[in-house]
Formats: sequence, structure tokens, C-alpha cells
Amino acid sequence: MNKHSLSAENRRKTILSVVLGIICIIYVLPVLTVVINSFKLNTYVKTDTFALPNAESFAGWANFIKGLTFGNYPFLKSAGYSLFITVASTALILLCTSMAAWYIARVDSRFCRIVYYFCIFSMVVPFQMVMFTLSKTADTLHLNTPWTIPIIYLGFGAGLAIFMFVGFVKSIPLEIEEAAAIDGCGPLRTYFSVVLPMLRPTMISVGILEIMWVWNDYLLPYLVLDRTKYMTIPIHIQYLKGSYGTVDLGATMALILLSIIPVIVFYLLCQKYIIKGVAAGAVKG
Amino acid sequence: MIRRPIRRWFPLFMGPMVCAFIIGFVYPFFKGIYLSFCKFKVTSDATFIGLENYRRAFQDASFVHSFWFTALFAVVSLVLINVLAFAVAYALTQGIRGSNLYRTVFFMPNLIGGIVLGYIWSMIFDGILSRYGTSILLETKYGFWGLIILMCWQQIGYMMIIYIAGLQAIPEDMLEAAKIDGASRWQTLWKVTIPNVMPSITICTFLSLTNGFKLFDQNLALTGGQPYLIQPDGNSIKTTEMLALNILNTFYGQNANSRGTAQAKAVLFFILVASIGLLQLRSNRKKEVQQ
Repeated sequence: MNKHSLSAENRRKTILSVVLGIICIIYVLPVLTVVINSFKLNTYVKTDTFALPNAESFAGWANFIKGLTFGNYPFLKSAGYSLFITVASTALILLCTSMAAWYIARVDSRFCRIVYYFCIFSMVVPFQMVMFTLSKTADTLHLNTPWTIPIIYLGFGAGLAIFMFVGFVKSIPLEIEEAAAIDGCGPLRTYFSVVLPMLRPTMISVGILEIMWVWNDYLLPYLVLDRTKYMTIPIHIQYLKGSYGTVDLGATMALILLSIIPVIVFYLLCQKYIIKGVAAGAVKG
Repeated sequence: MIRRPIRRWFPLFMGPMVCAFIIGFVYPFFKGIYLSFCKFKVTSDATFIGLENYRRAFQDASFVHSFWFTALFAVVSLVLINVLAFAVAYALTQGIRGSNLYRTVFFMPNLIGGIVLGYIWSMIFDGILSRYGTSILLETKYGFWGLIILMCWQQIGYMMIIYIAGLQAIPEDMLEAAKIDGASRWQTLWKVTIPNVMPSITICTFLSLTNGFKLFDQNLALTGGQPYLIQPDGNSIKTTEMLALNILNTFYGQNANSRGTAQAKAVLFFILVASIGLLQLRSNRKKEVQQ
């Protein structure tokens, strides 16, 4: 009897596995559609969206060449700005908020508490609430270039990072830092050689969340940056569709493919951390 | 003993973050609240007009329409995403072969940005609908269900991760005990598993609700609010426009006089989203007390 129920169990698992496998294939179809259409001539994208390219509709690399040089703004320039803004903003957020979080958790003055509660409050404020005044403020202070936009990201994105760092610092026993102080470490040295290494797991989680946010963000850079000079990947793709009546769908798909390849590579390389980071961020809400 | 020396380093530790926070959040936030009571085209020429902007916001048919469209979208997507994500998470924690690969695939769409997702799906929907001589931009219901499908595709993987974490935290002996007591699989699911993952269910419910209300990029890229419905008074309603997009269009539309109204809409939108957030905080607290 035991043997019988075991094989029934195995059969159930196999069926489940096959069903999920089929769903998985359906799940990747949209991405595969992008791949096949990026090699198709424009006119065939709309009429034969789901067909593989054939001798008649195959465009080779033409879509990619066209996409990269389309309009008066090279795509690689947008990609470069996207990369710089993402890296710089994430680095700035990680450094400044972790330092502030340590100060908040250890000093715990009234001012610290006010800053902390404001940070938590900022997490429930949607961007639309501040977008108009924020973009005007950024203009007035000349923060509207890719080199200065990380400051805006630090300001608007501080909430979640502060919240996660403060929570973690509070769980670190004070004795370690006291031992460092007794050994003659000043606060600066204590922070950089004792606290910072311990923050690593939270750093990775916060870093992942910020990278995903900044890289994909459309509205903030769209409103803050001087659009005639600077674009990021999402703005560039929106601009392709927005400014011309007839869009070259083949070229658009080629650019979309180019913009998701790095994301997928990044995902496959850091999958473990990404999933952990996302789960940590979500639980905090 | 560590407090006092740190305090001397206040400018270094707190300075950059507090300055940026004031520029990027505190000042724009309060200025935004103030401007919602003003008439203005640029922020420097604001004149106080009291609640007029709010009255106009409530009278704006396109705003009211976008509210109901968004609310309906948020509720439908909430139910679908959570039911499907739970089902997938449940299946993936049964110890089947290939679980890791499947989990990787299901989560992948989350990494792709909203604008890009919107264009991918607009190509797919138009590829299907063009065979029937129509397009996603031509009917409100296509736009609505298109957005639902897109959001399910994107969000199921995310919620699935949270559900998997919840399911894996259920003590093994509890499930074992149910099995020994002769509970069927179905009974175990409803009487043991689901009550134990209630915290995850709360998190995911609120998360998908706020995501639904705040949706912007996907909405802009998939339909951009089309199709338009011309009203008897000559104004048009963008029938698939959601709240966030409606606010943006009011701010940066042709009529610069409506910026005050747009800011009032933004404040209302903030109150709506923030109350959902506070509700979540409270329900989380209640659970903590019970445990």
C-alpha cells in the first residue's frame, strides 16, 4: 500500500512539474516575441507578429543599426547616462543613508527621531504628490543634469534605505562598537572599519532595490533632466514612440532587446541576492 | 559612551542625507500642499484661493472617471495576482523537480521596466487584435484587460517570492500532524497552510493594492489613455487613463491654468495611497500583538 501511494505521489509531482513547465514557456514567450521581431522588417512586425522571420521578412542586423542611430540622439548615449545615474545614485544612497542611519540609531536625539519618522512617512508618499515642486526645485538649484540627479534620488529615495538600515543597526550589539572605542577608534574609524562591514547583507538588499528602481525609473528623470540634452533608456524608448507618428517597430524592438539583455544578465548573475533583497524590501512594505 | 563623540561628527554623518532629503522630499512636499490651495502657473506667482482647486478636481469628469477605472483595476488585479501567485508558490514548494528554474523564470519580468513592458505587450496585443481588424487603442475593455494581463505577468513572480518565504516558514511537524490525523490535502491547505501564511497574504494584498493605485509607466506605454471619449461639453475623457497619468496630464497639459487643480488632485491621490499604507501598518501591528 505504501509503495502504491508513493508512486501516486510521484505521478502527481511529475504532472505538476510538466504543467508548471508549460506555464514557464508561456511566460517567456513575450520576451521571445521581442527577440524574433527585432530581426524582422518593420512591415512584418504588425502583420506577422508571432511568426519566425523568413527569407522575406528577415532584416538581419538592420533594425539594430537603425535603432542605434535613430533620430538625433544616439541610443548608446542614453544607455551611458542610465548606467552612470544608476551606479552613482545607488552608491550615494548606500553611503549617505547608512551613515545617517547609524547616527540615528546610536544618538537617538529628538532631531534624529523626527528625521526617522519623516523618512518612514516619505515611503507612503507617491511621486505624483511632489513631482511638480520637485522638478522646479531641481531646476532652481541646477540639479537637472545626470551628474547631479543622484542628489535628487538620494533625497526622494532615502526613506526605505534609512528604514532598513536603522532596523539592522539596532540589532547590532553596542558592545562591539564600545570595544572599538576603548581601543581608541574615533567615530569615523568605528563606522568604516567596524560598522560598515557588518552592514553588508543590508547593503546588498538596499543596493538591489535601488538599482532596480533607478534603472527602470521613467518619470523622475523625465521631469528633472533637461530633456534636450540628456536621456535615459526608458525616456529614449518612450521618445521613439512619442515623437514620430509612424514608429519603426522593428527598430524599437531591437532597442528593447538591447536594453533588457543587460538586465537579464545582471539578474542571472545576482539572482540569489535579488530575490532576497526583494523579499526583505517587501516585508518592510 | 559612544554617543557623545559621534555627535561631534553630525555634519558628516547626517549632513548630506538631511540636505538631500529636504531638497528631494520635505520642501517639495510642503510646498506641494501649499500650492494645492493656490492659483499658479509657475511656483513663484502663486495666489491663495482656498479650496477652489479641490472643488474643481471633484468636478472634473476625467478625474472621477480615472478614479473608478483605477479602483476597478486595483481590485481585479489584486484578486487575480494573489490567487495565481499563491497557487504557483504552493506548487513550487511541493518539492517538484525544476522548482528553482521555474522560480527564476516567473520572477524575471519584475526586472524589466514599466515603459519597456508596456511596449512589449502593446506589440503582442496588437499582433493578436489586428487579425480581427482592431487594436488595443480602440476599445476601453481591451485596454483594461491588457493592463490586467500585463500586471499579472509582471507581479505574479514578485508576490510568489513572498508567498514562498511564508510557505517555507510553516513548521514541518504541523503539516505532518495534519497528515497523521487523516486530513486530506484540501483540508490541510485550508485549515493549516492558509492560516499560517496570513501575514504574507496581508503583505501581498496591500502591496498589490498600492501598486495598482500607483500604476503609471505601464499605463502610459500600453494605451496612454486611449481611446478618448468626447463629452457633450466638448471636453474629452481618456477612458483608460489611471489616476497617476491623469494628474500628470493635468499638470503638463495645454491648459497651464489647471496646475492648481492638478496639485489638488495630487494631494487627494497622496491621501488615498497613504491611507492604504497606514491601514497596512495597523493590520501588521495587530498581528504582532496576537503572536
